[in-house]
Amino acid sequence: MPLYKLQINGTTREIDVAEDTPLLWVLRDHLNLVGTKYGCGIAQCGACTVHFDGAATRSCVLPVSAIGNAKITTIEGLSKEGDHPLQQAWDEVDVPQCGYCQAGQIMTAAALLKQTPHPTTAQIEQTMHGNICRCGAYHRIREAIKLASTKA
Amino acid sequence: MSTVNKSRRSFLKSTLLTTGGLMLGFSWASAGAAAPVVVADAGAAASLGFNSYLSIAPDGIITIFSPNPELGQNIMTSFPMIVAEELDADWKKVKVVQAALDTKAFDRQVTGGSGAVPHSWKLLRNAGATARQMLVQAAAQQWGVPAEECTAADGFVVHTKTGNKLDYGALAEAAAKLPVPKDVKLKDRKDFKLIGKEVKNVANKDITTGKPLYGLDFHREGMVLAMLQRPPAFGTRIKSVDAAAAKAMPGIIDVVQFKNNVAVVGKSTWEIMKARKVLKVEYEKDGNTESSEDHAKLFSTLMDTGTATVRRKDGDVATAFAGAAKVLRAEYECPFISHSPMEPMNFFAHVREDGVELVGPTQTPALARTSVSKLLNIPEEKITVAITRLGGGFGRRLKADYVTEAAELSSIIKKPVKLIWSREDDMTGGSYRPAVRYRFEAALDAAGNMIGYKLRGVGINSGNPTREDNFPSGAVPNLLIDTVEHQSPITTGAWRAPITNFLAYAEQSFLDEVAQAAKKDPIQFRLDLLQKAKTAPVGAIKYDIDRMIGVTKLVAQKAGWGTKKGVSQGFSVYFSHRSYVAQVAEVVMKGGKPVVQKIYAASDCGEVVNLSGARQQVMGGIVDGLGHAMYSKLSFKDGAPQQNNFGNYRLIRMMEIPEIETHFVDNGIEPTGLGEPALPPTGGAVANAIQKATGKRIRKQPFIEDPVFSGKTQAAPAKKMKTA
Repeated sequence: MPLYKLQINGTTREIDVAEDTPLLWVLRDHLNLVGTKYGCGIAQCGACTVHFDGAATRSCVLPVSAIGNAKITTIEGLSKEGDHPLQQAWDEVDVPQCGYCQAGQIMTAAALLKQTPHPTTAQIEQTMHGNICRCGAYHRIREAIKLASTKA
Repeated sequence: MSTVNKSRRSFLKSTLLTTGGLMLGFSWASAGAAAPVVVADAGAAASLGFNSYLSIAPDGIITIFSPNPELGQNIMTSFPMIVAEELDADWKKVKVVQAALDTKAFDRQVTGGSGAVPHSWKLLRNAGATARQMLVQAAAQQWGVPAEECTAADGFVVHTKTGNKLDYGALAEAAAKLPVPKDVKLKDRKDFKLIGKEVKNVANKDITTGKPLYGLDFHREGMVLAMLQRPPAFGTRIKSVDAAAAKAMPGIIDVVQFKNNVAVVGKSTWEIMKARKVLKVEYEKDGNTESSEDHAKLFSTLMDTGTATVRRKDGDVATAFAGAAKVLRAEYECPFISHSPMEPMNFFAHVREDGVELVGPTQTPALARTSVSKLLNIPEEKITVAITRLGGGFGRRLKADYVTEAAELSSIIKKPVKLIWSREDDMTGGSYRPAVRYRFEAALDAAGNMIGYKLRGVGINSGNPTREDNFPSGAVPNLLIDTVEHQSPITTGAWRAPITNFLAYAEQSFLDEVAQAAKKDPIQFRLDLLQKAKTAPVGAIKYDIDRMIGVTKLVAQKAGWGTKKGVSQGFSVYFSHRSYVAQVAEVVMKGGKPVVQKIYAASDCGEVVNLSGARQQVMGGIVDGLGHAMYSKLSFKDGAPQQNNFGNYRLIRMMEIPEIETHFVDNGIEPTGLGEPALPPTGGAVANAIQKATGKRIRKQPFIEDPVFSGKTQAAPAKKMKTA
């Protein structure tokens, strides 16, 4: 199996897996970064969202061979102290219910705020439409993104 | 007076001396039994059967074990809040730990039926109040003052006359040596500082930083992973297996067959997924392989000719219908749906010579243990169950099928194994919300009074698809409720607010139809019926009429029922799991389609413990109820589910949510549960609003398949509305 050198959360990680292995399973099974979640495996729910050179990307359909030197950020690397404005807002608004989808929600929202620091409600909704929250915490997710956008 | 066990205490004392960490523990295995123990750590507590406890460490940190599985209902926050309230603890110093299964230490270690807070409310309050009283007593003795002169607040005992002040950590050791008071005084609700406030989820930080909380995140050194290939259709079984190609795939350790499963065991998830694709399994018929088309015909046949089980009978319906001025009849239908928690099923099992270790997400850890015990013929005391956080449950994790699969596989391969279901496995693997068709009939007299009511529910593996003692039973003099059941190989199970999650929509829609026929305002129509149930009850009434009236009037007032222009309002009220929720949905027409713009909810769940969590449960319940009524359907062809992932099985998303306004009745009665009760009323409120907006009555879920959503609907002509 080929050897890959991946730039993940600011460090270089070496990994020996088949070239079609999705980044999701590299993170979860091989690098012990389990904050990125498996939800559907077909890029329909957003639970596996990471940043690929800053862009929100579904890691469940991203083969390791397509990563190259791109900088990957996972929820574990979003902030050092867990205090990214979105992480703070998620607590302030008290967003999580079961919490399983929230890492993916936050990563999708973080990429949005980086590109559009003050998104409109419509922009938030369009961007977050790909992330399913089965508990239905959508109102607070939207509210928390708005709150974070006022602080960033 | 005292229930102190001296020998135990002397043992504990020595534990205390060697480790230096002091904790004060209370068992709340049963109400009223509060035996104090001093333990050094959770391990010591567990060995004594006292891991149901709250402990106070010398630094004042209060640890509270939370026995019930956490799946998003926020029990890990609300349980400790109740203890901390009566303890007068400093909430910032409270730590919560998920307890493992311990049927000796805890009762009802289950997440289901919206029952945890109602069940444990008094127990938790007593535990907190008992500890508080002992801490106050310890301080009073130290200061040589009467305990009555001391008060407790925010983790301190204070003697107001002298200004003396000691924190709980400093008092814990002395308090632990005191006899346990038998009768403790609980707070007056007006003195609550935590209960009723918005308190944040204690797990927020761990969740938002991606900590390994869930079953799927669990890792044990030396464990292997596995996935099962299950039959693709209900009513089929394995005919032959050719595993050669799968076994030869990289990373595959073994392929084994047991029951109707072929397990692919390997080192990593992706390698297992790939090997499964080259697995060759042939299946053959093993029973009926049913299609949704068959079910449609079956519903019609059984509705007219099926053998019905009578669930409730009041008066004489035949005479009432024969003499009625007007008779209404309507049928409603709901499809199978999947639970689809975001975390698919999974469990860790390690079957060893000396016992079994189970770890994972389950709503019923005790059932998991019993099931594995029976399956492997291993005594329960040799089986441990640790509970991870659950990435959703919605009733799916009440079942132990995925636990026994993991345990059986571990016993065969003699390895610790984490069994993982793919999303496709999860959606096609059964245990669905059953499909049901209802026929409602109502008889009205010349004045528009409902003098007769009939309901027949025909279900597929639904058990009893009615709630025969719910409203409007008790308010109608002549009533007949019966059910017909079809047994199918398609497996079903409890789905959040079982039965009522679809029955409420059908019933509340039909009651609107009756109100219209009687030319009455829908809310006033229901209030009149409730008044009848109160003044002239017919048969047993198992709901609280005043609480139902209370939420009805509250939501009507908050929503401005009957006073708004430009929106169409629909009403619904339902009693489930001990609580009452009324809702008003507002619909507007956009591009020829009805759009749900806002939903008002008034809930009576008794005392609200955590206002933030309570709002979450109501809003989440409404989104869940709306989403599944609008979009979700699992259909079958020759026994095979036709939807297998979120690409072809639709769940509600952010752009589709209405504004939601939540209100609670403040009546101070004991909590009656809120994990489910907000869901049932939503479908009916929305369908009633759509009817008002379009003139079209939707009698089948999912609503999105109705022509009214094709974009060609004209808004219904505005009618003069009576106000409630």
